[in-house]
Amino acid sequence: MRTNKLTPYLFLLPGCAILGAFIFYPMIQAIWMSLTDYNMITDPNYIALENYEKLFQDDLFWKTLKNTFIYVIGVVPALVIIPIFMAVLVNQNLKGIGFFRSAYYIPVVTSLVVAGIAWDWVYKENGLLNYILELVGVLTEPIPWLSSTDTAIFAVMIVTIWKGLGYYMIIYLAGLQSIPHELYEAAQIDGANWWKQMTKITIPMLMPFVLIVTIMSSIAGMKVFEEIYVMTGGGPLHSSETLVFYIYKEAFDRLNMGYASAAGVVLFLLTLVFSLINIKVMGKDKTV
Amino acid sequence: MSIRKNKRKQQNLIKKILLYALLVVVTLFMIGPFLWLLSTALKSGSENIFQYPPKLLPEKPTLQNFVTVMDTFPFWRYLFNSMVVAFLTVILNVLFCSLAAYPLARMNFRGKNTIFILIISTMMIPFQLLMIPVYIISLNLGLQNSYLGMVLPHVTTAFGVFLMRQAFITIPTELDESAVMDGANRFQIWLRVLIPLAKPAIVTLTIFTFVSAWGDFLWPLIIVNDQSMFTLPLGLNMLSGTFTSDWRLISAGAIITMIPILVFFLSLQRYFIGGAMDGSVKG
Repeated sequence: MRTNKLTPYLFLLPGCAILGAFIFYPMIQAIWMSLTDYNMITDPNYIALENYEKLFQDDLFWKTLKNTFIYVIGVVPALVIIPIFMAVLVNQNLKGIGFFRSAYYIPVVTSLVVAGIAWDWVYKENGLLNYILELVGVLTEPIPWLSSTDTAIFAVMIVTIWKGLGYYMIIYLAGLQSIPHELYEAAQIDGANWWKQMTKITIPMLMPFVLIVTIMSSIAGMKVFEEIYVMTGGGPLHSSETLVFYIYKEAFDRLNMGYASAAGVVLFLLTLVFSLINIKVMGKDKTV
Repeated sequence: MSIRKNKRKQQNLIKKILLYALLVVVTLFMIGPFLWLLSTALKSGSENIFQYPPKLLPEKPTLQNFVTVMDTFPFWRYLFNSMVVAFLTVILNVLFCSLAAYPLARMNFRGKNTIFILIISTMMIPFQLLMIPVYIISLNLGLQNSYLGMVLPHVTTAFGVFLMRQAFITIPTELDESAVMDGANRFQIWLRVLIPLAKPAIVTLTIFTFVSAWGDFLWPLIIVNDQSMFTLPLGLNMLSGTFTSDWRLISAGAIITMIPILVFFLSLQRYFIGGAMDGSVKG
């Protein structure tokens, strides 16, 4: 087909202009800014790696980095494993199963502010969770989940997990439905029980999806912000403060734009490895 | 023989009951927090909502809290803002992504691979790094407290371009060719041949974009400080700050805020689940 040489570029123009203006250009700006003392008030001065030096000497930065890792380590396994079982559960041929699928997906579509408020209320010292845990005998006295330095970050993690379960469940459900039925029939003829079928067929066949979910939930975990902002504000005593929350505070509360950008670059480098794997997986998919 | 059959039947029944029990337990975990919020929102002012052990159901259910909240909480204004932001984001996203996807799926031109790789590589850059310069750029463009300011940074995504490109690739090229015979130009092929056939992918992209635009909190929080431009999440966040201790009103506000997206989801759930499955398989 004969086409004007410019045609493909015209089609690409609007999208690429947006990506250029709101991703590539800001990316360069962010790196540049991380080498300056920009604070929105005075003109930026080039200060080389001073921001990074300051960052690595800041105990709070290390603490938020540690919290971020705790967060990822706590959230990712739960989001990789639990949704597999949920997907198996809602893949059963039962009456009304569509209702349950939808119910499990509701937290995914709800805004984090609503979710945060709902859980905040559940977590109150004289709230529902403490009551239930006392009822079943796990606790003898109530715990102030969100206002104790021991529990705050874990309490917020539960919300992240709870909100993500439905989403990853659906990804696994797509995986389950791509497994040929004959495999299970053959296994049943061989007398394999439920657990055997799960470990010998379902989980191995789901491995590509497990990889996708691991990467997606790791990246999301490293960028966690809204739950923290809404539920604990990083407290008490910074015990639930994560890297993105730290960046946000430095940038928009203290206007330390240069310094916050340096912390942003660290975040970028941390997520980079996972993103590269992610793109590789996507590339593989392309050939299918 | 019939005894064995009966036993089999009984086993199946037990299995079914156990499965349903499990399904219900998980449901309670997934929507329990919302139900608890609803119950609190329905409790009347004479009831002590902080009593321990908590009362699961309201003694005298009342809608009074909803009425009170609607008086102080400009729900309709926030709803309108949320809708403008979500619709603009969706329309521009679908338009820009499907335009960009067309040459990437169908044409040969210089720099094609480089451009595609650059687009995909934007997925590696966290918005949390970009938000600082994007904030400054938006200020310079006069986009603070505007719909465009909330929308523009999110109107093209690598995910969208990728999804649309995949959809176009699966459409047979013979269709393009026969359209050319009929005298169609490139733009007409895109509009009349490819777009109608890529509808499932467009639905997926629409739903994904809508939900993320609707629930977005971090970026509006940064770029909007004028209350009349607040979206629902921002408004609710402020409401919960205002009524710190009146949990009846906070609960009522949260429930009201939830209704629009819940209606959207429940009426389109078929596409949600199918689309999410498509989206995940494709990337």
